[in-house]
Amino acid sequence: MSAINDSKTSAGTQKPSFRTPDAQGYYGKFGGAYIPEMLHRNVEELRTRYLEIMHSPAFKKEYQNLLRDYVGRPTPLYLARRLSAQYHTEIFLKREDLCHTGAHKVNNTVGQILLAERLGKRRIIAETGAGQHGVATATVCALKGLECIVFMGEKDIARQAPNVARMKMLGAKVIPATSGSKTLKDATNEAIRDWINNPNDTHYIIGSVVGPHPYPDMVARFQSVISEEIRTQLKRETGEELPTHVIACVGGGSNAAGAFYHFLDEESVELIAVEAAGHGLTSGMSAATTQLGRPGVLHGSKSLVMQTADGQVVEPHSISAGLDYPGIGPLHAHLYESGRATFLNATDEEALRAAFGLAKLEGIIPALESAHALAALDQLSLNEKDRVVICLSGRGDKDLATYMHAMEGGL
Amino acid sequence: MSRINKLFESKNKEVLNMYCTAGYPRLDSTLEIMAALQEGGADLIELGMPYSDPLADGPVIQASGTKALENGMTLAKLFEQLEKMRPAIRIPVLLMGYMNPVLQYGFEKFCADAAAAGVDGLILPDLPMYEFETEYGALIRRHGLDFVFLVTPETSDERVRRVDALSSGFLYAVSSSSTTGKDKNMGDQQAYFKRLQGLGLKNPVLVGFGIRDRQTFLDACRHTNGVIIGTAYIKALDAGPDIAAATRTFIHSITRK
Ligand SMILES: Cc1ncc(COP(=O)(O)O)c(C=O)c1O
Repeated sequence: MSAINDSKTSAGTQKPSFRTPDAQGYYGKFGGAYIPEMLHRNVEELRTRYLEIMHSPAFKKEYQNLLRDYVGRPTPLYLARRLSAQYHTEIFLKREDLCHTGAHKVNNTVGQILLAERLGKRRIIAETGAGQHGVATATVCALKGLECIVFMGEKDIARQAPNVARMKMLGAKVIPATSGSKTLKDATNEAIRDWINNPNDTHYIIGSVVGPHPYPDMVARFQSVISEEIRTQLKRETGEELPTHVIACVGGGSNAAGAFYHFLDEESVELIAVEAAGHGLTSGMSAATTQLGRPGVLHGSKSLVMQTADGQVVEPHSISAGLDYPGIGPLHAHLYESGRATFLNATDEEALRAAFGLAKLEGIIPALESAHALAALDQLSLNEKDRVVICLSGRGDKDLATYMHAMEGGL
Repeated sequence: MSRINKLFESKNKEVLNMYCTAGYPRLDSTLEIMAALQEGGADLIELGMPYSDPLADGPVIQASGTKALENGMTLAKLFEQLEKMRPAIRIPVLLMGYMNPVLQYGFEKFCADAAAAGVDGLILPDLPMYEFETEYGALIRRHGLDFVFLVTPETSDERVRRVDALSSGFLYAVSSSSTTGKDKNMGDQQAYFKRLQGLGLKNPVLVGFGIRDRQTFLDACRHTNGVIIGTAYIKALDAGPDIAAATRTFIHSITRK
């Protein structure tokens, strides 16, 4: 698997790669490990061991087997003909929604659980917003017979009841985060605090390309299987390995990191990241971090952060709980600042319309997060020669309540 | 010689560093609390700068920060209040907080304004050693501020020595791997405190996290130079409106002086 085979850092190659951070975990000026000393030993253990473990033949074999037999990879690259006709171009959907548990999140949790096992950890903690990462973590913990504790904002527990039930059925303990704004940001704080208080037996499975180095790089490597497959599948389908555009939604940025990874250093490929605009960029109810954030430190890395003039982190808003995060992974902050990727955004309303559009045109109900990526099609000028790949990061089962509500509203 | 160095030159046993959150319980109680701490017998003051996402803090200090922010505390407001701190406050004062608000304020401007107000040192637990050495340490030193790093029972001897070399003022020994305010037993940590004592460090060592009464105070002081108390004092402040009385009673219960 070339994805996790690649151990080079950008230092030393003639042309710096966008893929990997430097030895201190920096992508350009973003990244690093801004952690209190209480986390040092655990993060340092991970930093010194993750590549060696990920490159070991036994690990790779077990990871690949699980991705194939348990997750159901490779996921299809589906040529969406009716959607393509609507936009007069060729659109392929990378079907991460068909992964076991319903989203790309499991690519990362399968990898990290194998890593945790090799580090001798018996207790797994995770944060979750919509519950997708929590479910994906609870799933692999059940698979490996490990204790699982998921932190979830008190507000999200109320909003995402089906996923809370799934986690419980899988044997996880769901602990409400009652501090701060009681959503994903605070669930992440609580997970980090738990790790500080349990320094010996615990591994923290972060759900996106955020957190202190080496998390952003490690999670991106686990998710890079998405673009690795796209390359092979596209070549087989079209004779061309490279798409013209890759579009993905960005919360913390893990599905986008995975979908972009093997195209990051292919200059011809236009990379399009779609953030959640919520009620609109100027509404005060938005989660478009690159548009509204400034450089800062959140959850252990330097990146772009939505905050007040006094440096207090603000509560974002998105209809999709998975994009409702006031930060963004340091890789994406760098892709934004360097101009390597284009950052668009879609409102709640636009995402809802895109979700209903895909359901009717292709018979696929997307997750609300993924619907933001679909909504970006309206903002691009595409032609028949383009080969557009959209990362359909998850399925919409978890969002049915929101969709039902929208239908009552006339959609 | 810094005000902190001078303190440790005249007193190196049972040194008491008291933590309070700026803007808590009231926006304008900051100086009142500092005066009460000084009168009550504190040797140093660690003033917490409230932050929305304080990763290393337990529920009590988190709640005090949330309240302080609701009260309207900001870094700009804090520096306004601290302009009147000296000379009434004679003991050393450190600012403790997290990187994000400081970066927003502007790191260099922050150091300059802190020094101008008479602040003696900084504790920023999420400022890593690498960034300290390559970027921020020089700015801190340029403004004559001490910088205190943390060590924990899990910090190796080699790393304690590196941290000690970079720190000035004192070294902050976190009593056990935890967030602030956990009721841990200091008696169990003697081997760790002794290990630090045996390393021949250039900085004095103060123990923080979990010091809450006479017993934990004495246990923590046996092999170190003193303690830092936060959570227990914030709780004591919640007992009644008379800050001076609550502070006097609390410090007396710890030091019996
Ligand atoms: C289906 C789906 N897509 C996207 C995301 C956003 O996460 P990321 O930006 O890390 O891919 C989530 C998060 O919960 C999700 O469930």
